Parts: sequence; C-alpha cells; structure tokens
Amino acid sequence: MRTLADLRVTERGRLATIGGERAFRRRLLELGFVPGTEVVLRKVAPLGDPLEFEVRHCRISIRRKEAQALILEETP
Amino acid sequence: MSQAPPLVALVGNPNTGKTTLFNALTGSSVRVGNYPGITVERSMGRLRGVDRPVDVLDVPGAYSLVARSDEERIAVDALLGLGGATAPALVVVVIDATALERNLYFALQVLELGRPTLIALNQMDAAERAGVQVDPTALADTLGVPVVPTVGTDIERVSALAQAIARYLAKPPPAPKWPWSPSDALAADIDALAPQFSQAPEAAQRAMALWALMSVEPTDSAAPPALRTSVAARLAAAEGAHRDLDLEIASARYQWIDDHAADFVTRSPTVRLADRADRLLLHPIVGFAAFLTIMAIGFQALFSWSDPFIGLVEGGMAALSGAARDVLPAGIVADFVAEALIGGVGNVLVFLPQIALLFVFIGVMEDSGYMARVAFLMDRIMRRVGLHGRAFVPMLSGFACAIPAILGTRTLERRRDRLLTMMVLPLMTCSARLPVYTLIIAATVPATTLWGVFSQQSLVMLGMYVFAIVIALIAAAVLGRTVLKGRREPLLLELPDYRVPSARSVGRLVFNRSGTFVREAGTVILLFTVVMWGLSSFPRNPAAAAPLEAERARLAAAQPAGAEPSAALTELDHRIAAARTEHSYAGRLGKGLEPVMSPLGFDWRINVGVVGAFAAREVFVSSMGIIYGVGGDVDEESPSMRRRMAEAKRPDGTPVHTPLTGLSLLVFFALACQCMSTIAVVRRESGGWKWPSFMFAYMTALAWLASFTVYQVGGLLGFS
Repeated sequence: MRTLADLRVTERGRLATIGGERAFRRRLLELGFVPGTEVVLRKVAPLGDPLEFEVRHCRISIRRKEAQALILEETP
Repeated sequence: MSQAPPLVALVGNPNTGKTTLFNALTGSSVRVGNYPGITVERSMGRLRGVDRPVDVLDVPGAYSLVARSDEERIAVDALLGLGGATAPALVVVVIDATALERNLYFALQVLELGRPTLIALNQMDAAERAGVQVDPTALADTLGVPVVPTVGTDIERVSALAQAIARYLAKPPPAPKWPWSPSDALAADIDALAPQFSQAPEAAQRAMALWALMSVEPTDSAAPPALRTSVAARLAAAEGAHRDLDLEIASARYQWIDDHAADFVTRSPTVRLADRADRLLLHPIVGFAAFLTIMAIGFQALFSWSDPFIGLVEGGMAALSGAARDVLPAGIVADFVAEALIGGVGNVLVFLPQIALLFVFIGVMEDSGYMARVAFLMDRIMRRVGLHGRAFVPMLSGFACAIPAILGTRTLERRRDRLLTMMVLPLMTCSARLPVYTLIIAATVPATTLWGVFSQQSLVMLGMYVFAIVIALIAAAVLGRTVLKGRREPLLLELPDYRVPSARSVGRLVFNRSGTFVREAGTVILLFTVVMWGLSSFPRNPAAAAPLEAERARLAAAQPAGAEPSAALTELDHRIAAARTEHSYAGRLGKGLEPVMSPLGFDWRINVGVVGAFAAREVFVSSMGIIYGVGGDVDEESPSMRRRMAEAKRPDGTPVHTPLTGLSLLVFFALACQCMSTIAVVRRESGGWKWPSFMFAYMTALAWLASFTVYQVGGLLGFS
C-alpha cells in the first residue's frame, strides 16, 4: 500500500483514501486532496521533510507524517 | 446620528495578493487595530478615488470558511456581521489566478452565503506567465457574479476595481445563487440544521447549516448547546449510513469546479521559474550555503549596521539632556527632565534603528517569497523543540535585541506559535548582555590560556552563548508541552513565486511596525524609566551623605574659581554618588534582597546592580561604577573599576568577586528577565499583562534556581 510520502520527485499518483485526524484531514480535503485526484510530488526539503505537492494545479507543502495518511490507488 | 459609510470586506486565500490590493485600494488611510476580544490585527481603510466614503476591511487570509481557531473564525463573523462585527454591504473575494481551483473553492463558500459579492481576479499577469489563461467574462457567467480582473500593483486596474466597488454599492449585483446542488441526503442534513441559524440573514441560513456540519464539533464548548446537539445527531446518523460528510461536501464543491473549469480556463504547459530557482535555493548544499549567507547579512545589519544610528540617537539624547540642564535651574526638576523624561524617550527611540532594520530584512524576505523557504528549510530542526520554521528569523534577531525580535514574531500566523517564540526569545544572548558579561568575566575569570591557545575568558564568553541557546531550546520544548500546549497543528505551507520585493510595501511594514512600537510599547517603557529613576534618586539627600557633602563644600571653597576640579574633589563626588545610591530606594531594595540573594553569592552591591539592570541590562555596568565610587560614566573596559571590584571584600574579609560568584552572576544575567522594555513589548504584542507576567516569573525563578545551583554545588565541590 503506497502513500503520498512514497512518491518520488515528479512522480504522479491518484488518491484513494484520505486519512488522518479530523481537523487536518478536513483541511486537506478542502485544499483539493479528494479521492480520485491526481497528485504530483514536486519538492522534498533538503532535510527530507516537508514535501511539496501539486494538486489541481495548486502547490501545497505538508509534512511526511501527514502525507503517510493519504493513500494512493494501486497502479495496475 | 450620522450614517456610517458602507463597509466592503476583502476576503480570500492566503498569498493571493489581497493585502497588496487592499493597500492599493485604500492608500495611506489604513487604520491598524485589533479585532474585538482577540489580538489579531485588523486593517481598515477608506476606498480611494471614489466620490463617497466607503470603508474597506482586510479580512485575514483563510483557505476555507470552516474555522477552528479564533483567527479563522474572524472570516465568518466578518462576512455575516456576527459577533459584534458590522455586516458588509459588499463582499470582494480576491482570487489568485495562478491557483484558481483552490481559490474557487473558497469563493464557492462565500457565494453560498448569498451576500452581494464581487470577484477580483488577481495576479492575472503571473498566471499568464505560468501559461494559465482565465477568461473573466466566462468566469462571471459561470459563477453568476461580476468579475473584475486586477493586478495589485497596476494602478489602472486597481482604480477599475475601486470604481466597480462603488458602482455595485450603489446598485447591488443580484444575490449569488448556490452554484452546486447538494445530494438529497446532504440537502436533508442542511434543511434540518438551517432553523438553528434564524439570526443569520435568510439567504445565509442553509450555508451556515453546511458550515456547521464541517465546523462544529460535538465537544465544542463555544457553540450553542442546541446547535451542538443537532450537529452531533446529524453526524452520528451520517456515520451510521456509512457517509463521510467532510468528504462529501469537499468533493461536491470540487466536482463542480472540475466540471466547469474548462469553460473559463485554458492551460499551456510551462516550467515554473520558481521551481528552477528552488533547485538551487533548496539544494542540500547550495541552498543551505545561501540560507546561511542571507541570515548572516541580516544579522550583520542588526548587529553592526545599526550601531551608527544607535550612536546618533544616544548622542542626540545626551545633547538634549545637557541642553535641558543648561536651561533649567539645578535641582529635582532638571534631574527629572534630563534623566527620567529625556532618558525615557531615549530608551524608546534607541530601539528604532534595530526595529527598522529587522523589518526591512523581514519585509524583503516575505515580499520576495524567501520567508516561506526558510520555513521549508528549517521546519525539521525547529519543530523538534515545538517552534515553527519561520520562528528562526526572530530567534536569530534575538541575539541582537529581543525588542525587534518580539515584534518580528508577527511573521508567525498562529497565536500559540507567536506566544511560544516570545516567551523564549529573551533568553537569547542579546547585545545588552555583552558589556555586562565583559565586565564580570574581566573582574572574576583569570586571564590565563588553556593549552596555550584558548583564552579562558573568551571560552567563558563562548560558553555563555551556547548555554543560552541550549536553555532557550529546552524552555521552548518544555513550555510547548505544558503552558502553551494547544492542539498540535500540522504544517501547511505554500511556497509562492519569487518576485522583486516592492520598496513601497517594505517601507509600509517598517513604518507601521515602528509606529506601533513607539505608540504602544513606548509609553510603558517611558513610564518604567520614570519609576526606575524615582527608585534610584529618592530620598534626595540621605543623612549618610551629609558629612561628605560638607567636606565637598569645604574643598570646593578652597579651590580657585574656574579651575578644573581637583582629583580629591572628583573622588569625593564619586563617594557622594555611591552614598546616595546606597541609601536610595533602589539601594535599600538591594540590601533588602540580601537574604534572598546571598545563597547565590550576591552581596548588596551586586543586588543594587541587578535591581538597576531591570531598566536595561547594560545599566549594571554604570551602577557598579557608581557603587564602587569610580563614577557612573565608566565602561566595561575600565581598569580602575575592575581593580575596585577585585578588591571588594565581604564583611568576613573574603573577596566578593570570586570566579564562582562571577559564574553565578553570569548565569543569573543569562536567564533573568532583566529588561523592562521586553516586558512592555510582550504586553503590547500579547494584548495584556498575563504573558509578560508569566515570562518575568518563569525567567526570574529559573535564573535564581540556576544561580543557586551553580553557587551551592560549586561551593560544595570546593570551588570559590
């Protein structure tokens, strides 16, 4: 089972399930991280955390820990 | 009663250029104040270039109207005129064309409220460079509300927006309709909750119901109990039916956006310039080298470049004080004006060079887009102690002075992050501690070298810097887990495009911050200065100084008129000053503190210095000068002062200033909250006396305990 945190830079993935604590999960949903959406990992901070993602043509950075709760669809 | 001018609320996501637009719309008429009840700044200004008065309110940026914290709650209250706010006659949603979808999500929430709304489609130029073409007419048709394309820095486009605002105030646009249709199940939830919002405008009731489904927690004590119960019931029912309401609502809005985006936006693939720049600036080696260079420049500005300006302020104040003494007859009035009043104003103005330089630095970093990268680079390190990545800049500035650094915590958005940073900032080794450290180290640490290379004195100095950093980080970790616990907020960060900082907006920041400091913290600093002056100047002529005064009169009479004062006379003047200080209220306080402070190795003379240092740490040096009878105008390098300190004895004949006392005193100065200006600024920035009182209490207690441990354990181990 792969999560957003497992993406390599410039790799794409399609969101399957959005997990995490309610308040932050809700916030991510509102930023466009909804199931079925394609997400690209754009940057990794020099110290390995946080990560910058592109979702619906917008960029947002979150920490690895939170990204691990966003699960990707299995690629066929 | 005169009618208040109509109110226009400017809302939008963070980083949409909303504040730039607000500044351009209102010009220099901005009034900065706090929102009722909480200390989040509220900016209000008059719309420029229209023929009748219109007030514009800059609502803090938010990604969503779903709100948990005080700061975010403002957006909802401001839009609907709840919680004592005035309802806006027109809402202007600022949309960033470069992040259209996410911005539209927020716009949909506003449209759902059914208020008269106008969309300002901002950053069209940046969007075009990024290959994004947005058709404003098509967007207006799709959303059913007027859309005005803008560029925050383009005067013509801004004035077109101002005209549009005036036009739509005179003739309101049709109330927006709910753009998307909820599913039947969701509609049932909304209809069930809508009656709970009978106090809101009718058109907004269903939107508020939807808002409550996402915002109100069953455990939320701030919401009305009836609303809480109903929301909890709907949430439970939804869960029972395997529905996920948060996901349903967010997905429905994005579904609408995805379905309609093709009508108004076309994209051509381009490489983002910021990505190229970030390949270097966020590179593990090049990026950190650039980061360190930039920080070093900022630190240099604060530490060295401010020096000439500080000298200028001090020189000017000294001249003013001298002039006052020339004009006024010698006596208490002249002393009060020259020392307390002019001295107090000087104590305020002396911070301005560093405050201005720090805000030039912060302003350039924020405006250029680099500040977000600082957070991106430093997050991993800073969060280990519970601090925000952005807190790095104020913490670094703390090495120069805590005052500008505390003002600099405004770069942090959350109140809890700001408070935590403020509480530990005064532990950083500020430049006012340097003269104190220099004097104590010179007087108590032997000037020997270790292994023939390292001077023992400079090692102690270095040790004090390391000690302060370690303690500050520990304090942050402890306070962040106890007093300032708060909900753990995961990081959410946007790395905006780089751009050339605008001199106008940096200038505005510097001007506003300096002004606020002088107005609001300045008055408290002035008051403290007057009180401290009173404590060290009264009673005016203690009996103990009378014999010395008589002798001075005799000597002065014996001296030929117009001659330079003799050495004996100067010496006597110093002894009189010492006697006056010893018997002043501050001196008595120093003596009264002996039972508390002697376990730290401090005698009454040190205590007087410590009490006086509350005015400002560096005052310790001149207090020591007065007490040891070498005059108040000594500096920390004065050899006669060091000799007197080295010769000073306790009643039992042992020397006062031993290496162990020195170390204990150094530790005390490193940790104690010995700075009234810091307290004044924290009061202003935290909006009350609670946090500065806490800060003073915890730092003083920490200082006492640490010095006690050093002195007592050191003594047990046989050091002296």
